[in-house]
Formats: sequence, C-alpha cells, structure tokens
Amino acid sequence: MTKVKSLADLKKMKDQLQSKVSLREKGDNPDSLVQIKVAMATCGIASGAKTVMEFFIDELEKRSIDAVVTQTGCMGYCYAEPTIEVKLPNQEPVVFGYVNNQKADEIIEKYIKNGELVDGIIPVNYNTIDNK
Amino acid sequence: MAKYKSHLLVCGGTGCMASQSDTIVGTLKSELAKNGLENEVQVIMTGCFGFCEKGPIVKVLPDNTFYTEVKPADAAEIIAEHIVKGRKVNRLLYTDPTNEEHVSDSKHMGFYQKQIRIALRNCGVVDPENIDEYIGREGYQALGMVFEMGAKAAIEELKKSGLRGRGGGGFPTGLKWEFASKNQADQKYVICNADEGDPGAFMDRSILEGDPHTVIEAMTINGFCIGATKGLVYIRAEYPLAIKRLLTALKQAREFGLLGKDILGSGFDFDIEIRYGAGAFVCGEETALIQSMEGDRGEPTVKPPFPAESGYLGKPSNVNNVETYANVPVIFLKGHKWFSSIGTEKSKGTKVFALAGNVNNVGLIEVPMGITLREIIYEIGGGIKGGKKFKAVQTGGPSGGCLTEKHLDTKIDYDNLLASGSMMGSGGMIVLDEDSCMVSVAKFYLEFTVEESCGKCSPCRIGNKRLHELLDRITQGNGTMEDLDRLRNLSEVIKDTSLCGLGQTSPNPVLSTIENFYDEYVEHVKDHKCRAGQCKSLMQHVIDQEACVGCTACVRVCPVNAISGERKQPHFIDSSICINCGACVEKCKFSAINVI
Repeated sequence: MTKVKSLADLKKMKDQLQSKVSLREKGDNPDSLVQIKVAMATCGIASGAKTVMEFFIDELEKRSIDAVVTQTGCMGYCYAEPTIEVKLPNQEPVVFGYVNNQKADEIIEKYIKNGELVDGIIPVNYNTIDNK
Repeated sequence: MAKYKSHLLVCGGTGCMASQSDTIVGTLKSELAKNGLENEVQVIMTGCFGFCEKGPIVKVLPDNTFYTEVKPADAAEIIAEHIVKGRKVNRLLYTDPTNEEHVSDSKHMGFYQKQIRIALRNCGVVDPENIDEYIGREGYQALGMVFEMGAKAAIEELKKSGLRGRGGGGFPTGLKWEFASKNQADQKYVICNADEGDPGAFMDRSILEGDPHTVIEAMTINGFCIGATKGLVYIRAEYPLAIKRLLTALKQAREFGLLGKDILGSGFDFDIEIRYGAGAFVCGEETALIQSMEGDRGEPTVKPPFPAESGYLGKPSNVNNVETYANVPVIFLKGHKWFSSIGTEKSKGTKVFALAGNVNNVGLIEVPMGITLREIIYEIGGGIKGGKKFKAVQTGGPSGGCLTEKHLDTKIDYDNLLASGSMMGSGGMIVLDEDSCMVSVAKFYLEFTVEESCGKCSPCRIGNKRLHELLDRITQGNGTMEDLDRLRNLSEVIKDTSLCGLGQTSPNPVLSTIENFYDEYVEHVKDHKCRAGQCKSLMQHVIDQEACVGCTACVRVCPVNAISGERKQPHFIDSSICINCGACVEKCKFSAINVI
C-alpha cells in the first residue's frame, strides 16, 4: 500500500475515489440534477435498453454532467423501445422513444446540454398519481 | 474494474445486525450473482441509518428507495423486482403513520426531514471498513488543512465555531484544547471517551461503527493542536462491533500513512491505541476514566487539577467524547462561520439524540440546536405510540430530569435544558406516555445510580441509597408527607457535596419529578393510588359480582390460587394472596375484573 505523503496526494486520491461514493451523494439531492430514467422492462431490455443505459452512465461521466441514471419499469410505449425519460432540474420530464446510442448522444449534446428538443419525443398520454 | 450503476446500502449497526442484516447482505449478493449482476450492483454494509425502529434498513441508490424491516427472505424479491425489473417492492416501503401512505424515499420521510447530519454525516453512507470511501468523501483533508494553518490558528477556528462538548457537560471544546496546548510537558495525550454509559444512549457507538475514521482524523488534529503524539480511545468492552471496526480503521490509516511517522509530510507523528473499559458508568467521568486507563480502580479524583494540566500518567491530556470529535473535521472543511450559523446563540451546531420510549419512530436522530421538543416528538418521532397522551420526556439519562407539556415548545440547547431542570447529558431522550408512573421513573434511575456509584464519597454512596429507599417506600404505599420533604432535602445535600458529576447530578430525576409531578407523589402518599397503574402494591383486583358468570377461567390462570368461588356463581379474589399480576384480567371474557 502506498502511503499518502501530502495534502495534494490526498486530494488527488479523493478525486479518484469520489466516483465510488458520488452515486450516494447524488442520491441525496436528486432534484437538482439531470435525472434520466431508462425503461427496463422485458421489451426495453430486448430492444437494447441496457446498452443505452450504460452508454448514458459512461458518457455523462466523461462529459462531466451531474446526472442520476436509473432504471424503471415499462412506461407503456412498447412500440418505441428503448424509451427514456429525461428530467432537467425544475422542468417537466420529457420522454424520448427509439433511443439507441446515436440518439442518446444527440440527446446529451442537444437537449441535456442546451435544452434544445430533438426528434423522437413521445407526448405523455396519461397522468400519474403524482401530477394529477 | 466493476462499474456499478446501482448501490444497495444495508445497515450494519448493532440493532440491524441483531435482526440479521449480515445475512441480508449475503443473500443480496448471492441473488445478484444468480442474475449475473454482481458487477453492476454493489452491496455495501454501512453504519447506522438511525431509523432503528424499522430496521433492518436497505437503501437502494441512485433512486433513493428506502426499504424498512427487511428480512433475509425478502432479499430475493428486492433483486428480482427492484433491480431486475425496476419495480419498487411496495410492501417493504415505509408507511407514514399519519396517512397510511407508502413513502418511497427517505427525503420525504418525516423522520429525516428535520434532521441535519453533521456528526452522523457518513453513517449509513460509507462502508466503515473501507478507508477509500472516507477519503472519497473528503476524509483526512481537514487534517491536511490544519497542518497548513498551524496549531494556533486551528484552535482559534475551533473556538470561533462555538463547538461545545457533546458528552454532557457542554464545555467549549476550543477552550479545552487551548488549555492543554498551553501546558508544557515532554509528553501529552489525546483521549477519546467512548465509554458511553447512559442507559438508552448509543450515538457514540453508532459513530464508531459507522464512521470510525472521522474520530481518528479528529484525534490526530487534536494531537497536532496540543502537541501530543499519542492518542488513546477508552471504549467499553461491551461494544464489540465498534471495537472491531475501529481496529480495522486504525490499521488502514496506518497503511495509508495517515497515522504513524511524518503524517502527510508535516513532520508530525501520531498514533492511537485502544483501552477497554469494563463497563462502569462512573468511568465516563473524565478523571475516573483516566484512573481506569492507568490500571487503577475507576474512581474520580478531585478537580483541579484538570486533565488538561495533569491527566493520564500525570501528563497534560485532552479528553473529548466521540460525538464531539466527529464534529471537528467538518468545522475545518466548512469553516467556523458555516458551523456557527446552525443552532442557538450559545449552543452551536447539532446534537445527536437517542430517541426512545413511547414514540412511533424510535432511533438515532441528529437535529440542529434550538429545535423544540414538539418537533422532535411529533414530527421526527411520529407522535406517541398507540395514540396515547404525552406525559413527559426524560433527557440526560440518570443525570437529567423530566420535561413536561409546558416545555414542549422550549428551544432545546444546553442552557435552556438546564434552566428547565434537566440537562443535555449525552443525549438520551426517553418519551413517556400517560401510562408511566413518574415516581417509578425516578426510582428506576436511582436504582441505576445506586448500582453504579463507585462508593468513594459518602453523599453519593449512602445518600443515593437512602433516596432510593424513600422512593421505594412511596411506591409501596408506605410513604408519608414528611418523606417528600426528606427527598428534597437529601437531594440538595447530595448535589452540593458529592465529589464528581455522577453524584452531583444523580438526584436530578427525583427533583425534577417532584417539581413537575408533585400531585402524583401526593397521590401515592395520601390516597395510596398510582394513576398510571404501575405500582403493583397500590393496586387491588376485584371481581364485579354482577358481571361475573362463574366460568372459572380466572381460577385456572391465577398463579397463586387467590381466586375462589362456586362454578356458575360469582367469584372472589383474596387480596391478601393476590400479587396483582393481571393474568385474570386478560383471561376474563366478561370484563368482570376491575383494578382499583
């Protein structure tokens, strides 16, 4: 085990180790972060939702965007799988359909970074108990 | 390296461990492996979440789902439903007692909404057996900062923060450090008091179990500030899990060079040893603690000299308790202004309370100073169990007193509690409902002090014994009005003449219950009645002759054969034989047995 020799060393270590625990800190204040929900029911997984979810986790970290990526159950848009819901802080959530890695990249660059809407939005056609 | 997209945090505090949380961890891991998810979901055992009432707790991140009362058998369902399919397991969610609704995440639980976690910041968040996680949460950075700012500036910072000792006395921590730093000696010591003895208080144990590195870091900071190279943790041998995790943490800190020679290139050497206490309450008093560490009988000594002048082995020593130390790194990381912005004028920061007794949400809570009892009991505690009426709160353990309804809106801090006839103590908070007899409560605490008195000074050794006898007489129904005066006078004498904190505070439960519940004492003496129905000698069981059908169910259940009567005829209880156990009351289907 290498010893920590200075405060600078310690800070470097912290930056490396932070990602291990950052998920937990984010979990504490999800409202101030970009939240992405990936529909991961059987239909979603079969259409490749898992790859898309991993893509989001990796790419958001690489592009230093603070976000929480979670999986959720079937959203009901099985015709348009994989589907994801993106909620920017203080905004209404938006659902995108037919998301593959390429689409995911577009969503990150255009919608998450700049707030520009991209094609493939599915109008939400029901109310949830929360917003009724 | 495995890339985790989700974390499962399982409470590894003593309470949850006792409900098999270690088995839950094992089952969760094997279920994940079965589904091929072991590299995607990480299972971590953390320190106490504080919500012990509903343990074991499993928290799922990042969606912050909070599962309560999880059993090992539920692990498979959590994995299959929540992790694989993404559906929350509703039946394991916390149910709000006021509206019966499921609350899925801890942010929206009343129990957590009013809390600010400083001392407990890492409990339930990090894996206490992995130093990486502590470092990832800015661990040991405060130490580095203190090396850069120098001892004098660091003590100044601590003084400005307004931190006061969390072990009970409430002495300003910065001042204590300054005294120890000014006394010159070839060797000084840093002592951590982890001899948590108040019945019902377990915050120090939880901190050591959930975040041992914070205590190690703070002790090292203290060592640097006062010029001590040795640290000692005096911990009760009854805390095996805390000891194990502390030892692991010490080993890891040494491997990382965060303990030992030339820490962080500062040229400062420091190391920590553990001393085990045999579980005497009085050893939580700092001079008795030092005696015990030196291998002598755990008896307090006269102050002055204070430990800051002549402590362990006659050398200047600084003694703080676990919770106090746990606050220290945060003060340096966030600055004294941030810390002193929380709390009241004279009590800054937060205090951890062990909430127990007749409330719905029993557990460990950390709240800002200045919060009211009402907020603690009704918002965090979720109200009185079974919808009963609130009667009193006992704070400060055997050294504290009772607060009543009129104190519900008092802002809680060191000074207000003292003014109300109780004290902060180490933070035990026992809520009592209308079924509690206040004379019995006072007697219970006295029993504890009588048992734990070290016997060195006579006011405490003999006085408390006599107090207990007086109380016993009253609960038996043999007390007189003169006894009430005697209780008061004797209490004052014990308070004024005892040697150490134990004796000086031991009559508090008696004085505060007499003060606040004088009627109840008088009732016991004059009417031979205990309104709460707790004093067995003052009760009498009688059978209502009209309601009794003579089924003989009570006769069969009576353990002392005190009930007699013909079959199908009304029965009688011989009160000279009856022991008032209440077994017959439970058995009677016709509610024919009354307690008077």
